[in-house]
Amino acid sequence: MSKIHVKLKVNGQDVEGLCEPRTLLVHFIRENLQLTGTHIGCETTHCGACTVDLNGKSVKSCTMLAVQAQGGDVLTVEGMANADGTMSALQEGFKQMHGLQCGYCTPGMIVRAHRLLKENPNPSDEEIRFGIAGNLCRCTGYQNIVKSIQHAAAKLRGEEYLEAAQ
Amino acid sequence: MIPGSFEYYRPKTVVEAAKLLKKHKEARPLAGGHSLLPMMKLRMAAPTALIDLGGIAALRGIKKVGSKIVIGAMTTQHDLLASALVQKNLPILHETAILIADPQVRYVGTVGGNVANGDPGNDMPAVMMVLDATYQIAGPTAKRTVKARAFYKGSYATALKAGEIVTAIEIPTQGKHGYAYEKLKRKIGDYATAAAAVILTVRGGKIASCAVTLTNLGPTALLAEDAAKALIGTSGDEKAIDAAVAAARKIMSPANDTRGTPQYRTSVGGIYVARAIKAALARA
Repeated sequence: MSKIHVKLKVNGQDVEGLCEPRTLLVHFIRENLQLTGTHIGCETTHCGACTVDLNGKSVKSCTMLAVQAQGGDVLTVEGMANADGTMSALQEGFKQMHGLQCGYCTPGMIVRAHRLLKENPNPSDEEIRFGIAGNLCRCTGYQNIVKSIQHAAAKLRGEEYLEAAQ
Repeated sequence: MIPGSFEYYRPKTVVEAAKLLKKHKEARPLAGGHSLLPMMKLRMAAPTALIDLGGIAALRGIKKVGSKIVIGAMTTQHDLLASALVQKNLPILHETAILIADPQVRYVGTVGGNVANGDPGNDMPAVMMVLDATYQIAGPTAKRTVKARAFYKGSYATALKAGEIVTAIEIPTQGKHGYAYEKLKRKIGDYATAAAAVILTVRGGKIASCAVTLTNLGPTALLAEDAAKALIGTSGDEKAIDAAVAAARKIMSPANDTRGTPQYRTSVGGIYVARAIKAALARA
């Protein structure tokens, strides 16, 4: 099977590699590009651990061929930090609000939340829950993930996050 | 899991795509890939070639042509949800698309793939049938149209012939109407355990026109003609709704799977028909 030359922009950098047509985007990212922040969870489009941002949309990279992303602009969790290396509002939010326990779902959660907040900078808790419905977490029960995203949303709006009374 | 090997083509035009499909015997068109790629990973599908329709710009977009809304086959569920034209003219499509899978899947999954795959669990076939939509189909040499109501032949079996692809969906605008798509699912993102679509109009307190369709309650989406007949000419009172539900249950033959036994799914299927009728009446 002849290989295909795939060119992408990943986290702002031009990258390229040879892969078979059947190579999934997540494998191209993890193996060809050695960016292992993007996780492989269920491999069946359910869990969202492999979520990356492609051309301004959240996609499950285990359910997309690398060749389908040809020429695309990809953002992974490795591209989430601020330009000066400090943590982004979302990373800070997950840290401050304990938005992770084992951490396996976190890269997908953060990349998905990034797009969610771009589209809706002032979401309700319910909108966050609906917006991350494609990302499963088996540790937290989601409470702190929702708070983490609210924390980030508030910071991005220039406000201070006031945790809602339980 | 990685799919088996295949040749990959990314044509720029529909004609080119149809020719490639015809040329490679075991080829499949690739739309969003969110049904096909999981099937290929599980080796439930093993096409020798994939014809990626993602490079054909003409297949994407939503426009109004006369009294019809025309939706390109590669339009994603996300595009549908973002469309003011859909929201205004065909709100049932909005109501349905938001119930499909999850955000990531809706960004990539296409309306054309949803209707053309022939999966009885997909939501759009029943909705296109209830709206009396027409599918535009292109082959290597000719184009034709097939009504959604005549398109589905069995589980994963459709009216498409070798080399043909669905290129667009034409939907007549409905005027003032009531609508509802009521779907029971075990969790967000799941296929329907049972679902029902209803479109109706009311004149002088009576139901003047009505269509009822069902998702995942048979080998294909089902048009419940007798259920609609039981409602037309009535005010949509409890008695008429009971008759419609009984007529709808008669044609249900759901699979026995992890979503429930046929008895259970037929039972809740009827309840969802009643809910959809009531919701549509409230909006008419």
